[in-house]
Amino acid sequence: MSIFSTIAQYFSYPYVVNAMVVGVLISLCSSLLGVTLVLKRFSFIGDGLSHVAFGAMAVAAVTGLTDNMYIVLPVTVICAVLLLSGGQDSVIKGDAAVAMISVGALAIGYLIMNVFSRNLRSSNLSADVCSTLFGSTSILTLSNTEVWLCVILSVVVVAAFIFFYNKIFSVTFDESFAKATGTKTGLYNLLIAIIIAVIIVLAMNLVGSLLISALVIFPALSSMRVFKSFKSVTICSAALSVGCSALGLLISILLGTPVGSTIVAVDIVVFALFSLLGLILRGVKK
Amino acid sequence: MSQLVCKSLCPGYDGKEILHSVDFSVDAGDYLCIVGENGSGKSTLMKTILGLQPAISGEILYGDGLQRNKIGYLPQQTVVQKDFPATVKEIVVSGFCGQNGFKPFYSIKQRITAQNNIEKMGISHLTKRCYRELSGGQQQRVLLARALCATEKMLLLDEPTAGLDPIVTAEMYSIIKSLNDSGITVIMITHDISAALKYANKILHIGQKLFFGSPKDYREFQSGLSLNGGCEK
Repeated sequence: MSIFSTIAQYFSYPYVVNAMVVGVLISLCSSLLGVTLVLKRFSFIGDGLSHVAFGAMAVAAVTGLTDNMYIVLPVTVICAVLLLSGGQDSVIKGDAAVAMISVGALAIGYLIMNVFSRNLRSSNLSADVCSTLFGSTSILTLSNTEVWLCVILSVVVVAAFIFFYNKIFSVTFDESFAKATGTKTGLYNLLIAIIIAVIIVLAMNLVGSLLISALVIFPALSSMRVFKSFKSVTICSAALSVGCSALGLLISILLGTPVGSTIVAVDIVVFALFSLLGLILRGVKK
Repeated sequence: MSQLVCKSLCPGYDGKEILHSVDFSVDAGDYLCIVGENGSGKSTLMKTILGLQPAISGEILYGDGLQRNKIGYLPQQTVVQKDFPATVKEIVVSGFCGQNGFKPFYSIKQRITAQNNIEKMGISHLTKRCYRELSGGQQQRVLLARALCATEKMLLLDEPTAGLDPIVTAEMYSIIKSLNDSGITVIMITHDISAALKYANKILHIGQKLFFGSPKDYREFQSGLSLNGGCEK
C-alpha cells in the first residue's frame, strides 16, 4: 500500500481530521505572535507561561475540577499580563521575570501534585507530569466541542492580529516613540499578552508545556534568516509553522512517534534549511 | 504665543526629583539645544515633555496649535532595533500610527506623505532595504523621516549624532538645520556644545546651575562656570 493511500485511510477517521485542524490552527496563531515575541526578547515566554499553566493544572487536578480550563486560562492570562504589560518600564526585566515565574510555577505545581496526590492515591504521578509537560496523545482524543472552541478562538486571534497589525509593529519596533506620538502602548501590550496566554493554553493540548516555545520561536527565527520586511517575515513564519505542524503530525501518525517532539524536529530541520538559504542569499548578494 | 512652555517643572522618577524647577519656553521656529553632563537629567526632561512619564511638580503648557502627541520624536536607538526585520518604508509609515487611533490601516495619503518624507531625507534609494542592513547615519535618517510623519510643527531629538562619524554628523546637523529653516521647531539634546552654539537660537543648560537663554549669553555663563574652577560641582 502506498503512503498516500495509508494517509487517505487515516484521514477517514474523524479524530485524525480533528487533530489536523487543531494542529494547523494552533501553529498558525502561535507563529503570528512569535515574530513580535522574539524581537521583544521574550522568546522564553512560551516556556514560562506553559509552566504557569502546568502549575494551574496541578491545582485544578488536586481540587478535583473536571474541566481545568476554568482555572488554567485565567491564571495564565494574569501571568502573561504581569509579564508583558509592564513593557519597558517593568521592575524586573524580560528574561529574569520570565525565568522567575516559569521556575516558580513549575516547582509549586509539582509540589502540590506530589503532596496532595499522596492523599488521593492517584496512581501514576510521574506519567501524569510527563504527559502534561511533553504533550500526550490528547490531540488525538479531542472532543468536537474542543475543536470548535479552538476554531473560534483561532479566528478571533487571527482577526485581532490583522486588525492591530500596524499597532503591533509600531509597539514592537519602538515603544517609546509609539507612546510619545499617542499610541496607547499599554493597551496593546495588554492585548498582546492576553492573545499569547490564550494561544499557550490552547497549544498545551497539542505539544505540551515544554515544547510550546518551539512553536512560538522556530518559525519566526527561520523566516528572519531569509526575509527582510516585517510583513514578509510574519507571512512566511505563519506559512512555515502551518506546514511544519501538518508535516510533523503526518509523520507522527505514520510512524507512531510522539506528536509534539516530531513537530519540533521538523521545525528544527526547516530552521537549518532556512539558515543555509539565508547564508547563500547573502553570499550571492556579495 | 509659545508652542511649549515649562513652568517650574520638576522632572523625576518614582517621586524623586532629578531636576528642580526648570523654566523655559519655545516659540514656533525656534532651535533649542538642551546641554548638560551625562546623568544630569536631559533625557528625563525630554521624556517628561513627551508625556512618557509624569512630572513630580510644575506644568507643561502646549500652545499655538501644538498638541502633546503631535511632537515628532527621534529617540536613541534601542537594542531591539539592531536586528529588526523591517523595511525603511514600513518604519517610516509607522510614524502615523498614533494619529490613527483605532483605525487599523494607513491611508493612501499617509503612505504618500511617508514617501515624500523619505525623499526629503535623501534616502529614497533605500526605501525597500532592510533597516538592520543600513549604516548608523542612514538609520538616523529613517527615524527622522518617521518623526516627520508624526509632526508638522515640532521635533524632539535625543542625541541625534551619537555614534556617528564626523562627516555623517555634519550631514545630520545640516539636515536638521534645513528642517528648522522650513519652519519646524527643533528641540535637540546634545553633548556637542560647539554645534549647539552654531545652530541653536536658544540654549538650555541643565545641571546644578540652570541656564536658559541665547547662545551669546551662554558663552558668558560658561566662562562664569570655568572661573569657578571649570566645573559646576
